[in-house]
Amino acid sequence: MKLWKEFSKGFFKENAVFVLLLGMCPTLAVTGSAINGLGMGLATTAVLVGSNTVISMIKRFIPDKVRIPVFIVVIASFVTIIDLSMAAFVPDLHKALGIFIPLIVVNCVILGRAEAFASKRGIMESVVDGLGMGLGFAFALTLLGSVREILGAGAIFGWSFLPEGSTTILLFILSPGAFITLGFLIALINVVRRRFA
Amino acid sequence: MAEKKKLPSTFFNMVVVLTLVCVVSALALGFTYSKTKDAIAQGKINKVLAALKDVLPEFDNNPYEEKSTRKEYPGLIFYPASLAGGPVGTAVETFSGEGFGGDVRLMVGFTSDLRINAISVLGQTETPGLGTKMESPSFLKQFVGKDPAEFKTTVKKDGGDVDAITAATISSRAFCDAVNKALNALKQEAQQ
Repeated sequence: MKLWKEFSKGFFKENAVFVLLLGMCPTLAVTGSAINGLGMGLATTAVLVGSNTVISMIKRFIPDKVRIPVFIVVIASFVTIIDLSMAAFVPDLHKALGIFIPLIVVNCVILGRAEAFASKRGIMESVVDGLGMGLGFAFALTLLGSVREILGAGAIFGWSFLPEGSTTILLFILSPGAFITLGFLIALINVVRRRFA
Repeated sequence: MAEKKKLPSTFFNMVVVLTLVCVVSALALGFTYSKTKDAIAQGKINKVLAALKDVLPEFDNNPYEEKSTRKEYPGLIFYPASLAGGPVGTAVETFSGEGFGGDVRLMVGFTSDLRINAISVLGQTETPGLGTKMESPSFLKQFVGKDPAEFKTTVKKDGGDVDAITAATISSRAFCDAVNKALNALKQEAQQ
């Protein structure tokens, strides 16, 4: 049950995007469509689970003063492995996410979980924490991407429900739409949270 | 080593740990690279082969094997196609650096009388939902079978005949720019 709590907190109570407001760069930049948000979220999840696992395994051998460089090396290695694997096996998605895959390295969600969680807790907990936080991040990015794609392109996951050539609210596909949508979603989540609290 | 306490931050410990972590990472990366290298290269080739099939008229040679580049046109790659020994057209791999989000790379197929046979998008990083529509059939089909002597390959805003993508004029312009690069190169070749 405790593990379930570590897992589920990433979705709602401590959601990286909507509550902690971490990792805003990929959140705002890649969510022009639902599939991009989902792809970025899943790639981040994979890196997060990998780095959390390794860091909690080796935490006792890391002298305090070099812990950040060690974390970064571990994270960067996982990112590069994911980057190469995606290029090899899902080239289209890799193409769409472009520069943002290497940028997972500097996503503060990942370093944040390494520093705040994995370097202090056991392996099982860290894996679950990485899964929960990562999937919560993916959920948030997919939600954001879906809203923007529906409003801005009249489509969802690339499937267009409007006839060819209809007018859509282009603003939501463009960068300002990311900020506006995120703002409204955070407001919505805050209202829901207050109701339940 | 494995007691509860962390390793103290002495100089020796720090150097050893950091070096070990880096060595292990390097090994993992080297292993991944060697495992994915071939798949990545093959993926690129497959994409080009699929594009060639899409844009060229029917052919029975291997344009990929016969590809060539020219000094005068850096970045362009020419793929000659022939059927039963006679040339039927050329596909040109071309690009434009004027896209909204980076390079736009196209494969443009020409018949031997310099009509555009078809165009396929090899790579682009335009805005999702806007510039990315350059890959949609509704945009690409306006080029099919067009003779560039009658159909001016610039967007209507610039006095041409191409229907630009709504709200993605820059992407459409980049697309036309890439097409024109290929077209001009082939025209010059033909004159020589």
